[in-house]
Amino acid sequence: MSKPKIAFFDFAGCEGDQLTVVNLEEALLDVLEHVEIVSFREAMKEHSDDYDIAFIEGSCTRVADEARLKDIRKNAKIVVAIGACATSGGINALKNIRPLETVRKEVYGENWKDYDTYRARGIGEVIDVDYKVYGCPMTQSEFVKVVKSLLTGTQPDIPNYPMCVDCKQAGNVCVFEKGQTCVGPITRAGCDACCVTEGATCWGCRGLVNDPNVDAHKEVLEKYNLSVDELTKRMATYFTNELPKG
Amino acid sequence: MSNGNLNIDIHYVTRVEGHGNIVVNAKDGNVENVQWQGPEAPRYFEAMVIGQKWDMLHHITSRICGICSIGHTSASVKATENAMGLKLSDQSELLRRLAIHAENLQSHVLHVGYLVLPDLVGVGSVIPLATSHPNEVKTVIKLHRIANQMSDLVCGRTIHPQRIIPGGFSKVPTIDELKGLKDTLLSAAPDLTAVGNLLKALAPKLPNFTRETEYVSLTDKNEYALYDGLLGSSLGDTAPITEYETWTNEFCVPQSTAKYTKRKQDSLMVGALARFNINHAQLTPNAKKYAEEIGLVAPCYNTFMNTVAQFVECIYMVDDSVRIIDELLHRGIKEETVEVKPKAGRGIGVVDVPRGILIHDYTYDDDGVCTKANCIIPTNQNHNNIQRDMEALVPQIVNKPQAEVELLLEMLVRAYDPCISCSTHYLKVNFNNK
Repeated sequence: MSKPKIAFFDFAGCEGDQLTVVNLEEALLDVLEHVEIVSFREAMKEHSDDYDIAFIEGSCTRVADEARLKDIRKNAKIVVAIGACATSGGINALKNIRPLETVRKEVYGENWKDYDTYRARGIGEVIDVDYKVYGCPMTQSEFVKVVKSLLTGTQPDIPNYPMCVDCKQAGNVCVFEKGQTCVGPITRAGCDACCVTEGATCWGCRGLVNDPNVDAHKEVLEKYNLSVDELTKRMATYFTNELPKG
Repeated sequence: MSNGNLNIDIHYVTRVEGHGNIVVNAKDGNVENVQWQGPEAPRYFEAMVIGQKWDMLHHITSRICGICSIGHTSASVKATENAMGLKLSDQSELLRRLAIHAENLQSHVLHVGYLVLPDLVGVGSVIPLATSHPNEVKTVIKLHRIANQMSDLVCGRTIHPQRIIPGGFSKVPTIDELKGLKDTLLSAAPDLTAVGNLLKALAPKLPNFTRETEYVSLTDKNEYALYDGLLGSSLGDTAPITEYETWTNEFCVPQSTAKYTKRKQDSLMVGALARFNINHAQLTPNAKKYAEEIGLVAPCYNTFMNTVAQFVECIYMVDDSVRIIDELLHRGIKEETVEVKPKAGRGIGVVDVPRGILIHDYTYDDDGVCTKANCIIPTNQNHNNIQRDMEALVPQIVNKPQAEVELLLEMLVRAYDPCISCSTHYLKVNFNNK
């Protein structure tokens, strides 16, 4: 049986997810025994449009990128969005919370119209996406888990419960107890609460858990006498495109 | 065979971070058109951070770049610390330097081993090398892994670090972890030597192309400047970082809308070669010895030697990391509490990251909410120099076969190790493709 052909593509983003693949180090050699990489601009010169699985990093931020995304969709049997920018718009969506014209003028001054851009969005708003690997960046273990599922034709088991579960398992002290604001209670788990473990709070980069209990989250804030305004700002960091408008 | 007719349109140079194009047209040996283009989608980071609180900025701006997220985080927290008058403990100063070493080492090994080496061996990527040169590839992977382990240990994560916060660190490595890291770094000596020897053997394949230009890097009387220092030029002058705007001089050129930078000469270059040219005397003996053996002598005006300068820095950074760890082990290490009282002000943070000088400049209001931001990215400072290098190189090689010219121009771009995805405000170039 021939190895499945896989390709990597990037749009507006930091390329940290493709670097996560490179950072598999020795384990990447094992992955290469099971797949054939036919396009990976960041790491190889060769390119082919004949591929089975496309991994796409980055957000769509301009009309011009839609055609390229649609071409990839046409060529690939399976499309996988990797990282927060591709799954939900990620940090790029922060530019969506203020008027676009203001944002454009702040960065490019009087030349602002020369630089094409629109609302930053996950690629799922432009093309059909078969699988999502969440996180900023995605974790190596979840990427490998999804690749294994693709190769064996099974559904990857991606958590759909709040980060607090991971955080408890990691043995962390709840950051609310320290008077900090955290979006963990409504964020999809699956990263072992790595940021809290390193002394930060959960920033929400894996996106909202399905059916998040936002009201209960606000009650937690009231209990700890924390500001809802600050929480709203925190939620905008990664949830702008996922929260209901208004 | 070529008769001086070239029609090159490399749409997305490969094995670089981000998207760049090369367009060259020549007829009967006359070069008509040479263009280095950057079609990267702008991301508007300077606008994203407006209205955000001081404790969010480093988190947001680290996302400018996955490869140099430790550098962006460091420049960001330094800007915030300067704006709010925060002073770091000696322990945090040492750990910040170790963090920068970890990232520079990771990025340099990636560039030398994965992105440049395939050109010197004549293949398209590191993948076929894994079969043809398995031991060499495994050694490169091992060095890359060690650098990432160092990032994890000091910064909490390799990509988008978590422990580096305004005022210090949210968590610090233990004594045992630092001892383990020191052992790992010392045990990497034979691996560094092996890759160094490989590079020495292949270095004659680097094109011998020189064009005098101005080099700019941080410089400091006490150390080989990476984490801190004054702005320094190969022309001999220095300035405090507060004067960066008169050094970076972003400007538009008539034939395009790309922002270029220049200072005293037509263009300037930042990065490992600039740092080597300006600060080589402060390298460790091991690094100096290797530079001498491979024939890297300051001032070196051959852009292709930037890759060699990066490897010289790898040797330096391993040496200096061991020195820093020894100092931390000698002092002891403890968790420190960081308290920040936000206040209004402007702060500038600078770090010399893998690809050159990186500057973040923030203004905060009384509540510590950001009202203005500017980020100067190393690769933006190099774009003008890449264009000028191409304009100088193409006439010298115009009669070579097109495929060879294409490869040489790609190698030239790769030598800069450009990070075009750092495009916070890199302007799109509108050239007329023929």
